[in-house]
Amino acid sequence: MIIATIVLAVSVAAGCAGLIALAARDGRAYAIAAPLLFGALLLWCWEVVCLGFGVPRVLLPAPSGIAQAFVANLPTLWADFVQTVIRAVVPGYLIGCGAGYLTAIALDRSAFLRRGFLPLAGLLGAMPIVGIAPIMVMWFGFDWPSKAAVAAVMTFFPMLINTVAGLSTTGALERDLMRSYGASYWQTLLKLRLPAALPYVFIALKLNFTLALIGAIVAEFFGTPIVGMGFRISTEAARLDLDVVWAEIALAALTGSACFAALALLERAVLFWHPSFQKFALSKP
Amino acid sequence: MNDALRRAAPIVVVLAATIVVWYAAAVAMNLSAAQALAGTGAGPGAVARAAWSLDRPLLPAPHQIAQTLFTGVFTEPVTSPRSLVYHAAVTAGTALLGFGLALVLGIALAVAIVGTRTLDRSLMPWVIASQTIPVLAIAPMVVVVLGNIGLSGILPKALIAGWLSFFPITTAMVTGLRAPDRMQFDLMRTYNAGNRDVFMQLRWPASMGFLFAGVKVAATLALVGAIVAELPTGAQAGLGARLLAGSYYGQTLQIWAALVMAALLTLLAVGATDAAQRVLVARRGGRL
Repeated sequence: MIIATIVLAVSVAAGCAGLIALAARDGRAYAIAAPLLFGALLLWCWEVVCLGFGVPRVLLPAPSGIAQAFVANLPTLWADFVQTVIRAVVPGYLIGCGAGYLTAIALDRSAFLRRGFLPLAGLLGAMPIVGIAPIMVMWFGFDWPSKAAVAAVMTFFPMLINTVAGLSTTGALERDLMRSYGASYWQTLLKLRLPAALPYVFIALKLNFTLALIGAIVAEFFGTPIVGMGFRISTEAARLDLDVVWAEIALAALTGSACFAALALLERAVLFWHPSFQKFALSKP
Repeated sequence: MNDALRRAAPIVVVLAATIVVWYAAAVAMNLSAAQALAGTGAGPGAVARAAWSLDRPLLPAPHQIAQTLFTGVFTEPVTSPRSLVYHAAVTAGTALLGFGLALVLGIALAVAIVGTRTLDRSLMPWVIASQTIPVLAIAPMVVVVLGNIGLSGILPKALIAGWLSFFPITTAMVTGLRAPDRMQFDLMRTYNAGNRDVFMQLRWPASMGFLFAGVKVAATLALVGAIVAELPTGAQAGLGARLLAGSYYGQTLQIWAALVMAALLTLLAVGATDAAQRVLVARRGGRL
């Protein structure tokens, strides 16, 4: 107990000193190192507190215990991952984002429909949409289609709203230029307006993956076959097997962050021409 | 007036079309149950009427939802567990407590991040990264663990609601507190203003517009968090419990009514935020 207190105090002091030193310097490497050190310090303190003060495992397992549980339960975790992410989240995400994108382009043709739909879409988008999970379970059954449906509905509105906003970003000057080239509506759309809308589309794409993951996991609380991340979390939590629950949460967090990072890289690759990704972009005054 | 009419007309048309499609879909989705109810040889009108008045329809007709909502809100006594007002109040209370926690902690953290370079460089990336984590997934665990150490009732649920709504407030405040431009900071320097004055006179007032934008998102998230946090508590009280119980017993009308109630609560929250913003704008002479 005393040793743990000393270790904790020393590591917190050393860590803080290190953080202050790192944060005081400019440069990309330091900007990456500082949060990494912070995360490592947090994990270390968690470990020391759990082991040193004998925190019961049913309350908070130590990171090392979670890591062990992660490795020991790899086959289960993989089965849950396939069920929840590959079977439910990915199709739901693709369907929801695709439908939102296409609906936005369709609405773009008619000012009347846009004025009619957009306020309602904004309203619906602000609603607690996860609540439709029990209805979807009733309609599409216990297996993955109902989870994919929740994910699709949840991702639809952000994509729709963002794409519509993105399509309206092109200025009169650019559109006039396209007109002077004699470009048709579709040419203007494909060559000017859809590329210009891409930054907005990527905002929705990055935001939506987590939404889809949340939708699928919450939908599993309403009934599932005996596999899946949401199912595992709720049943293992009820059995007080918190190592496994934390391992599952770590898996969900890794999935969410990895997909976010992948989408951010894709954005960089696709939008290399956009001012916000130019190296010598004009900075904000 | 004419302008308002021109803006409202498309919305009304779209809404009317939605309702017509909904009634048609209700017939299509409930067809087999409706045919069984109406009996063989019943005309299409009778089948449609049957489809719109089933006890447990696959898709209830809008008027059925309205009816369930009306009985749930107005006819049941407020203390009864069948009253939607009671469940909505439980959920709203949880969301409000969580939102209050998130507001205080979120603003405090934003102030700390803007004020200390170390926190900005080391903590802020984690605040942003935490958004890629499906936080709602940990709701059952938080409820179970805190229940284990004797904390049950509103607090575990409020913690989940607060955790969800905390992020938009923090990021909005960090952006807002940094919103003033260099010229304004320079002006404060020429006044020989200290850090405290710069904060109170410049940064804080400049951040309010951002804060309200964040609060609007946070209020909705707090409600989502409160509803989901009610799921693992075993369907005792709250709109989430209502959804779960409806799902167990196939009571579709109950599910839809709870959903509409949740939507109304969201509207109320957003409306209250708007009202607070308007009061602030009025007090600050028409600007935010």
